[in-house]
Amino acid sequence: MRKSNEAMSKPLLYGLLLSILMVIAPHADHLPPWVSTLCAALLLWRAYLARTGNALPRRWLLILLTVASAGSIAISFRSLFGRDAGVALLILLTTLKFMELRSPRDAAVLLYLACFIIITNFFYSQSIPTALYMLATLFVIIATWIHLHAQTVAFRPRLRIAAILLLQAVPLTLVLFVLFPRVPGPLWGLPQDAFASSGLNDKMSPGDLSRLSLSDAVAFRVSYNGKPPLREQMYWRGPVLWDFDGRTWTPGITLPGAAPQFTGLEQPVDYTVTLEPHNKTWLFALDVPDNISVPAGLTPDFQIVQKEPVNARLRYQAHSHLIYRANLQETRWQIQRALQLPLHFNPRARQLAKEWRANNINDIDVARAALAYFNQKGFLYTLEPPLLGANTVDDFLFNSKRGFCEHYASAFVFLMRAAHIPARVVTGYQGGEYNDVGNYYIVRQSDAHAWAEVWFAGQGWVRIDPTAAVAPSRVKNNLSAALPDNAALPFMARNPPQWALNLRLNWDTLANRWNQWVLGYDTERQFAFLTRLGIESVTWQKMVIGMTIGLGLLVGLFALLMLRHLFARQPDKVQAAWLRLCRKLARAGSPRAAHEGAQDYATRIAATRPDLAEAMRDIAGRYSMLRYGKAQSEPARREFLKRITNFKT
Amino acid sequence: MNPSLNNVILQAEQVIAGKPQQIRLALTCLLARGHLLIEDLPGVGKTTLAHVLARTLGLQFQRIQFTSDLLPADILGVSVYQRAGSDATTGKFEFHPGPIFAQMILADEVNRATPKAQSALLEAMEEQQVTIEGTTRVLPAPFFVIATQNPAYQVGTFPLPESQLDRFMMRIRMGYPDAQAERGLLSGTDRREIVARLEPQMESAELLALQQRVKAVFVSSALLDYLQAILRHTREAAHYAHGLSPRAGLALLSASRAWALIDGRDAVLPEDVQTVLPGVVSHRLQAVGERSRLDSDALARELIEAVAIP
Repeated sequence: MRKSNEAMSKPLLYGLLLSILMVIAPHADHLPPWVSTLCAALLLWRAYLARTGNALPRRWLLILLTVASAGSIAISFRSLFGRDAGVALLILLTTLKFMELRSPRDAAVLLYLACFIIITNFFYSQSIPTALYMLATLFVIIATWIHLHAQTVAFRPRLRIAAILLLQAVPLTLVLFVLFPRVPGPLWGLPQDAFASSGLNDKMSPGDLSRLSLSDAVAFRVSYNGKPPLREQMYWRGPVLWDFDGRTWTPGITLPGAAPQFTGLEQPVDYTVTLEPHNKTWLFALDVPDNISVPAGLTPDFQIVQKEPVNARLRYQAHSHLIYRANLQETRWQIQRALQLPLHFNPRARQLAKEWRANNINDIDVARAALAYFNQKGFLYTLEPPLLGANTVDDFLFNSKRGFCEHYASAFVFLMRAAHIPARVVTGYQGGEYNDVGNYYIVRQSDAHAWAEVWFAGQGWVRIDPTAAVAPSRVKNNLSAALPDNAALPFMARNPPQWALNLRLNWDTLANRWNQWVLGYDTERQFAFLTRLGIESVTWQKMVIGMTIGLGLLVGLFALLMLRHLFARQPDKVQAAWLRLCRKLARAGSPRAAHEGAQDYATRIAATRPDLAEAMRDIAGRYSMLRYGKAQSEPARREFLKRITNFKT
Repeated sequence: MNPSLNNVILQAEQVIAGKPQQIRLALTCLLARGHLLIEDLPGVGKTTLAHVLARTLGLQFQRIQFTSDLLPADILGVSVYQRAGSDATTGKFEFHPGPIFAQMILADEVNRATPKAQSALLEAMEEQQVTIEGTTRVLPAPFFVIATQNPAYQVGTFPLPESQLDRFMMRIRMGYPDAQAERGLLSGTDRREIVARLEPQMESAELLALQQRVKAVFVSSALLDYLQAILRHTREAAHYAHGLSPRAGLALLSASRAWALIDGRDAVLPEDVQTVLPGVVSHRLQAVGERSRLDSDALARELIEAVAIP
């Protein structure tokens, strides 16, 4: 049996194991269990071998394992390429590399691989905790790397050197971060399914929104330029739903019609939205938008839609008017769509609408009657509505009387249509949480909402929120204010104690800054930032030149600092002359050992070269006096230098 | 070089033949106001060395033989009740100073006594004073302790712990005499007689003045660089259990100064540091790993060779 190489000390092996373990551990979250298990087993095996000092596995076994692993990955992912398969392959091969770790060269390869795997972790998460964890991992890797190259350095000094190296890298990192030319678009060109889609859908069935409102996830963040609007006005429009099949609302087919007509615009508001990726094409804006800073179109039902799904964090400025008249003239086709109802369903609701229609001439009065009905007939706003039968609207209106916003919006629109008033369901978000630390609003999935829009002749599309008739505090305050105290709300949507709220808001502010300035530092921001620094007409060429100069300056600065250390140690001519003499003697075959003092050296030379004894003793004595003595005279120094110059071997 | 110092060395070399280095190191320790630990087998001349130094330097000498039943009072002294009627000082406690109240103490076989007795001595060494029954009594100056210790593998000993070892400036070994010196020893007169005939070469005051002069020996910044390089190496290298303490650094520096003075120079050279280094660090450094098999002198040599003179 071959014995494992003695050159690899156990502490170094454990350092390497820790580095690899730390760097691949986060991947266990999303890789198939068998990959993680195999990696863990291999690392454990290697640790056992290191502990017992047994021989490493034979080469044929390693080759077999490698081929088997690659094959399993190819089968399991149906590919060897792409993000997940690539990462799994990389991790498995790295742990396998561990099994043939013999020379320091293998260890160096492993450490470089560990650094590379750090990058792959950012494919999956780019949050602050991930970044901090990776920093800690990098610290361990660097400490191990120092261990590999300087085995005599003890543990604590090793950590100190690693920390110093990391600190020295900070300015270089900053220069690279600020000036490295950014590629527009996501850097790694990830596939669209890379992002789990959470958030609003373009379908709405009873229970959809109440499920969504259990999620704490941030949908987007908004900062207003100027005074923010009232809470009751913060309706963020998402998908508009036209078609109803008795249970589910869908957008139906929107023909590319005329552009929306907005008149009587008042109360303008300017704001910036940072939208989390939701993998859908729509963007969110306050009703009604008239300007947006990214290329997107306005549909006839006032949605803002992009061509590509939003699969990276997107920041845009938008401009809206909160008071408006929308589409006073509506096309016949749209009016028709807004009146469609599925046949045969919900007879009692139809009956009720017919009664209201008969009693009221005015459309607006009919709507009022409906709202009054919700308000006065004992309806309850709840996250846990009972299940509804085939006639969802009838069941809700006359039996259960308990529902979440989608129930109210759905029932209201149904009633309006039954009363022959054009109406449609609008989904989106309402309200948000104000973060006074960072002065912006956080809109979460739990703020998802559905409301109705009704078209009145002479007034256009008017927003009516039936939920407000049942639970006004949902719109005025927030979800938890509108629900009973014991409702199963997500943590973030509850009203927490003050300290927890402060902590949460501070953390979100930090995360937002991170998103805006670190992750969101794209071409546009980079150019804006550099322009603000006073660099005119920023170009890639200029940035590359600036980057080179900046890096050059920093490296030069470090080099100078280190050289100053060296110069500070030998500033005087006496020492330089002495070293010159030592080199001369070294060429003559008697080098001075680094730890050898002048007197000892002279004695040793005298023993081997009696011809030099006299001169050497004289020079060594003078040197010791000049370098270590108290009285320093210029003549003595000159005499010493002269004797050194005259010294012949 | 100071002539009386030279005479001290010459006289000592007559009695203890073939050990000039040990004599000089002991003197170095004395001049640098440190205490000396001599570790070796019985009968190699430890006691003689102490005797000779005490006689030639004109110091009051006391020898304490450490045994397992030695009590602190045996070292420090004890208050005894004077019976009424026997004397003018009737009915009072009178303090009888112990052997510690002398200028040079030979603590023989210090590792034979219990830790309690050991620490009574070591505290006196550290503070140059003893407190007995609430009264603090100052020890004479100069005050110098030579402790001898049998190597720890002998039966029935309490080896000094590392923290106590640190109180000694140096630890040296005597070693066997070489053949020529041993022949002289065997054929010559009895050592004890020679020692008894030795004349003091200096007064206590002169010794105290020499101790002051040690402090004035010049140390250049280049030398301090070297000293710090040594200390740093012991702290950063992986094969020491822990690096040298700042106290060890100070001890190394003052021992180097004293050595330079004995050598007749007014400035410290790197060679001085290298000469005293094994004595100063050998009881303070502990190797770990494969180097723990090295003996302390080899370890010190390795340390010297590992650090370049800047």
